[in-house]
Amino acid sequence: MSAATQNAFAVGLFDMTPPPAGLTAWNAAVPERRYGVYRNNVSSSLTGALASRFPATETIVGPEFFGAMAQAFIRLHPPHSPLLLAYGDDFPDFIADFEPAAELAYLPDVMRLEVARGKAYHAADVTSIDPQALAAVAPARLGSLVFAPHPSLSILSSFHPMVTIWAMNSGHQPLAIIEGWHGEDALIARPAMIVEVVPLAPGGATFFRQLAAGTVLAGAAEAAIRADARFDVTTNLATLLRSGAFTTFSQENTDEDRDHA
Amino acid sequence: MIASTLPRRAGIGFKPEHFVDILAAPQPIGFFEVHAENYMGAGGPPHAQLGRLREDYALSIHGVGLSIGSMQPLDRDHLSRLKTLCDRYQPESFSEHLAWSTHDSVFLNDLLPLPYTEATLAQVVDHVEQVQATLGRQMLLENPATYLLFQESTIEETDFLAEVARRTGCGLLLDVNNVFVAATNHNLDPYDYIARFPLEAVREIHLSGHSETVDDLGAPLLIDSHDTPVKDPVWALYETVIGRIGPIASLVEWDNDVPAWPVLRAEAGAAQDILDAATRQRAA
Amino acid sequence: MKTTIATLALAGSLASALVAIATPAAAEDAKEKCYGIAMKGQNDCAAGPGTTCAGTSKIDYQKNAFKLVPKGTCMSMKTPDGHGMLEQGAAPA
Repeated sequence: MSAATQNAFAVGLFDMTPPPAGLTAWNAAVPERRYGVYRNNVSSSLTGALASRFPATETIVGPEFFGAMAQAFIRLHPPHSPLLLAYGDDFPDFIADFEPAAELAYLPDVMRLEVARGKAYHAADVTSIDPQALAAVAPARLGSLVFAPHPSLSILSSFHPMVTIWAMNSGHQPLAIIEGWHGEDALIARPAMIVEVVPLAPGGATFFRQLAAGTVLAGAAEAAIRADARFDVTTNLATLLRSGAFTTFSQENTDEDRDHA
Repeated sequence: MIASTLPRRAGIGFKPEHFVDILAAPQPIGFFEVHAENYMGAGGPPHAQLGRLREDYALSIHGVGLSIGSMQPLDRDHLSRLKTLCDRYQPESFSEHLAWSTHDSVFLNDLLPLPYTEATLAQVVDHVEQVQATLGRQMLLENPATYLLFQESTIEETDFLAEVARRTGCGLLLDVNNVFVAATNHNLDPYDYIARFPLEAVREIHLSGHSETVDDLGAPLLIDSHDTPVKDPVWALYETVIGRIGPIASLVEWDNDVPAWPVLRAEAGAAQDILDAATRQRAA
Repeated sequence: MKTTIATLALAGSLASALVAIATPAAAEDAKEKCYGIAMKGQNDCAAGPGTTCAGTSKIDYQKNAFKLVPKGTCMSMKTPDGHGMLEQGAAPA
């Protein structure tokens, strides 16, 4: 097979042009339907790979519409790695500009939540902070602690009830009338084997983003208060410890820069 | 080079939804097979489950994305991921397909066909040697299910596979369903294909279901869809193969519309019955 | 380091947080805890459903994209404008 033959075979898979030259079958010189099997396999297998990463999204829009969205995406953004477990990370951004789905303004954020869940599912296994280790830190030093984020951690913010819509379309919560329309933030992490989606209290997204970026605890709390005056330190520290979203903490700018597991 | 050494028993393609059922009791299963690419994340449930299965069962790692039949060089990053995976789980066998799936940098996610010529033979031999050298183990190469042919082909598929095995020392994975599908699609006799196949190099067999459609002229066209029980003519062909070569590792694959665990286990049981009958016949 | 968050406040909050998380979590299924919940793998080696008609086509796609409407969950939401069954729940302006 010359590289040119393989090239023509590959390029034709994404078109509806007649099959490339050089193909044959026992009973036909131009095996249109036979080549179509490969076209179908490529299209349906990649659509299936996306559907398995975005199950709530498929439930929300229905399989037929999901298939149309997926095919539009696949054509412009085919995978560049055989590792399909990471394929579709940029599908939400694509859908944000996808005209036929424009009326579902919340959809890209629900999709981002599903991307974060998939990443957390496959992230490295690392032990989270033991709450008792934090309890042992001298009060005077708490403010200058920095925290290392768990490899599974994502923090998402939405102007839509992203978490509620996801939960209602993934079997985590019964379908019901959504009371009011408000934005929701979430922390996604997998401290052990179960991926957790934790809704965040006001200011929490800012707090955890700052911490994950290496800001000291006091600085992160101040940024959170500036972002939302309703920010409550106790609530968010409880979320920090319960979610397992961080793996170690250490003292910033001191001689005794010790890690605590 | 570590040789492929799967037990000569029936095995099953592992699906995560069956994990709890599998763990509930010891299963009469010779080995499990997984698709390599689904275990290339850093951690999480896939590795926790595979690690647990590995404690009790023999393992076959089956790649679906290396693109050995590609006219371009193998993806070294992917090869290195395969090595990491094989080093971690020490499978009894590693196998891949006589097919290609990557073009330029695009992964097409299908097992695409290649013409059989001296040039493609040389390329496939190079790639198989590279895989075996990198992994430090013998690999098995699987015959494809094909839907069309290439005008430029000059070598029979059976001769092509025999020559790859001869030049590289690789083993072969004989997919009996693929034989039946391809023979039907090309209006050939599957028993004739088996008669020509280098059976002495076979180290594993695949069994699965297929679906039926027609081509442009209304002739039967079978699709390797892995979404049904193994069809009767494929069982018959399998019995013939086992009659010829004796008991050998035989995998039941079911990838779409995956049934409940007992259904899959019964399929493997049917394969095991055929293997047991061959064992008895040989002992007699 | 200059902070406006009092050290005492942080320490107090941490103490309260530790009390809050001390409530035992609901018992998890042991197998789920150790091995997670099954998520389908993305890579397999089967061919697609047995038809040749689902192949992609630029022309078909454009036609479909304008014809198709989402037909999944009918999200019902109470919006600031009142209670309404929103077809595929558009967000309020």
